[in-house]
Amino acid sequence: MSAFLTLLFRNRLAAMGAGVIAAILLLVLTTPFLPLHDPDVTATADRFMRPFAEGHPLGTDHLGRDLLSRLLHGTRLSLAVGVAAALIAAVIGSSIGMVAGYFGGRTDNVVMRGVDMLMAFPYILLALAIVAALGPGLMNALIAVAAVNVPFFARNIRGVTVGLAGREFIDAARLAGMGHARIILTELLPNVLPVIVIAMSTTVGWMILETAGLSFLGLGSQPPQADLGSMLGEARSAMISHPHTSVVPGLMIFLIVMSINLLGDGVRDALDPRLRSGALSRPRATTLVRRQGDIPPATDDLLAIQDLRTEFHIGKRNYRAVGGVSLAVRPGECLGIIGESGSGKSVTALSVMGLVASPPGVISGGAVRFLGEDLIGAPYETLRQKRGDRVAYVFQDPLSTLHPLYRVGRQLAETIRSHHVLSKAEARARAIQLLNDVRIPNAERRVDDYPHEMSGGMRQRVGIAMALANEPDVIIADEPTTALDVTVQAQILCLLDDLRRERGLAIIFITHDFGVVAQLCDRVAVMYAGGIVEEGPTQVVLDTPAHPYTKRLIACVPEPGGGRRELAAIPGLPPVLDDLPPGCAFAPRCYKAEESCRKGEVPLQGPALHAVRCLFPERAH
Amino acid sequence: MGSYILKRLVSAIPVLFGITVIVFLIMSLVPGDPATAILGSYATPENVEKLNRDLGLDKPMVQRYFIWLGNMLTGDFGRSFSLNRPVIDEVLERFNATMILAGTSFVLCSALGILAGVASAARQFGLADKAITFVVLIGISVPSFFLGMMMILLFAVNLRWLPVSGMYAIYGGGDLPDLIRHLIMPALALAAVATGVIARLSRSAMLEVLRQDYIRTARANGVEERRVIMGHALRVAMVSILPVLGIQAGFVVSGAVYIEIVFQWPGVGRMLVDAILTRDLLVVQGGVVFVAACYVLFNIAVDVAQCLLDPRIKT
Repeated sequence: MSAFLTLLFRNRLAAMGAGVIAAILLLVLTTPFLPLHDPDVTATADRFMRPFAEGHPLGTDHLGRDLLSRLLHGTRLSLAVGVAAALIAAVIGSSIGMVAGYFGGRTDNVVMRGVDMLMAFPYILLALAIVAALGPGLMNALIAVAAVNVPFFARNIRGVTVGLAGREFIDAARLAGMGHARIILTELLPNVLPVIVIAMSTTVGWMILETAGLSFLGLGSQPPQADLGSMLGEARSAMISHPHTSVVPGLMIFLIVMSINLLGDGVRDALDPRLRSGALSRPRATTLVRRQGDIPPATDDLLAIQDLRTEFHIGKRNYRAVGGVSLAVRPGECLGIIGESGSGKSVTALSVMGLVASPPGVISGGAVRFLGEDLIGAPYETLRQKRGDRVAYVFQDPLSTLHPLYRVGRQLAETIRSHHVLSKAEARARAIQLLNDVRIPNAERRVDDYPHEMSGGMRQRVGIAMALANEPDVIIADEPTTALDVTVQAQILCLLDDLRRERGLAIIFITHDFGVVAQLCDRVAVMYAGGIVEEGPTQVVLDTPAHPYTKRLIACVPEPGGGRRELAAIPGLPPVLDDLPPGCAFAPRCYKAEESCRKGEVPLQGPALHAVRCLFPERAH
Repeated sequence: MGSYILKRLVSAIPVLFGITVIVFLIMSLVPGDPATAILGSYATPENVEKLNRDLGLDKPMVQRYFIWLGNMLTGDFGRSFSLNRPVIDEVLERFNATMILAGTSFVLCSALGILAGVASAARQFGLADKAITFVVLIGISVPSFFLGMMMILLFAVNLRWLPVSGMYAIYGGGDLPDLIRHLIMPALALAAVATGVIARLSRSAMLEVLRQDYIRTARANGVEERRVIMGHALRVAMVSILPVLGIQAGFVVSGAVYIEIVFQWPGVGRMLVDAILTRDLLVVQGGVVFVAACYVLFNIAVDVAQCLLDPRIKT
């Protein structure tokens, strides 16, 4: 509770709202004891005195009554009526909701149908009909406002009750022979009460406004008694000549409703755990770049990642997801990046085109060069023109990565038309051809499918077709087969391999599966804790892993037909990335780690084609 | 699609039926003799007798309900004693004026609200976001009738830009520009609250959608950011915005009652309030049933639009 209050008051606006409401409540509660004029005594000689007049701080109204006094008494009445309406609506609505939710079945059905009917009215029609039948008057307005809000409570409380009614403690109470009424009152009510209170706090502002509104229309409080609404309504006829009589009650309503709204927002935000972590921030169009240190010079590779550093800034913590990764591909080459989840392989891949979600992602150093041109820190438009055109991505889960409401053909066409001037018909023809290229049968028909109408394998083919749409030079495939079953996986891999050979495109293939690497990749880089620990030709690395981590990782892979071999899981867990120990990141889990491993950074070194970041590499067999 | 629309229309029949039952039950709360209540206390005994016969007020309640329902189905909503004309004629004429006001307001609040919400989300934590959030907070807190009065003071009385009230100028008006000049202030005042609510919802819906993987895909494909926001993201966000538009339409129609009073707009709301004050209950009854029925049909249109928007909904 105190944590909740701290959170609530850290929100300055909510605290302000709470302060204003508290001040108004204090004023209103002490009104009878304050030295004020009688709110209903008329003095026509003193009518329409302006504010700050002698003896009348807010002036007087059309009958010479003191406005300050009327304002405070009116606020008192408005708040009382609004709160009373909220209480009545809460009691009746919650009772209906609890009964419907508790008994379920027929009762629930009939009651909720009735509630739905009430909700089919624009609320004021119902209120007007009730006032019409009962006659104008403050009590009747109160009844009308309460009645109109009953369905809201009934609906909400029924929803909560349905969830509770099936729980064990209710069954236990039933088995103990308690009657329905007793179960509802002693078992159900205490559990539902917090929800009722929250629902009340969000609607009480509304109900104050609604009763004020009915009074404004002349259907609520009748003269001489006045709430804020009827004060405003009476002042309306003199609004043009004496605006202060309207402004005073109007501003008061505004103040009350706004502070209740602010407080309500604060309560809701404090209760919504997602907002606490700041997870609701949206990613920008490109990753934030705050580069420190030198920018590495250009090379003649097709795509070169040079000493790339990407961090996540969450709260006060810095997670170093990628800590100085260098990789390069040449045309027609397939480079594998392998590692456990959280090793930084996906973040490395997404950093290339500035696609790391930011906030919280920040690229803090290094360079990514396409044909020598630095893409990190390039203006958005330069990056956009390369995205999907020269460097394309295939993502892991094709259901969540394809737009759910666009036909696949439209998504393909849009990708093409983002980079080339093409008519819609031409783009569609090209989309069909692309679907044919990735061997989707019936491409002419499939082009008009939505993603949810396709199988997982089909969708991933669409993902690949999309990557191929503009005949890129590089495809970055981020675990494209992980979500698929084995046979489909094999087909997709063959497809990628064929395309690479036919078109000479370079592929960066990210996976945690050594089998896939062996099948597809020329070279492989092994990542651990945001850094590369070993890199070399696939066959060499697989046959003679030099880094202890690589060796253990390969040992984790079960071999079909390999008999009952002991599967060696790696002891311990990957390190937390916001507080990396000095030296080798794998040292705490390594069976051959020595004191020297924990001191200073270990460089990536070794023969030109097979580099390893280890002081005590494994020897070749 | 056609079958879906038909299905929704059929499912509306019990709701429409329920609406008439509820209104009938509320109206039966009227204390005293209903015929006297309808005709006023100065009615002659012959007139009371005649009305009792016409409406079957001397019959049991259930029978009375079906007589009333049957009359309404043939377009007979009774006769207003204070206006001395058939209720349905008055309602239709007033409904037209309300539709002009509420319809304009609804279009305004939908467009402004969604745009503000999208802009706010696209520049989260930026200056525009903060400014919009602030204006929205004021918009949803100020009572529409007070806002309307203040607008009259500023734009009509002080600046003299726009007419104070009414739907047409009394002399020499009556054309479309005249209507628009009279419409601007009430439509804006009426739209304010709903705009705020829609803007808030659109902002959070957009923030939710912009974090999704398919937005990253669109960006990875090099789709221009404007298209990513206004196309890809908004399209999905609309799925959760649309039902709220349906609810807000009800609030716009409700708020129109106040605005019609403030601006002397000759709509259904003013008719209802006047009828309550003159105890012309047949007008209230007929007006409420008619507007509520229209609102039910409008919500069916929203459901159909929802269905067109999201192909994943089974029709």
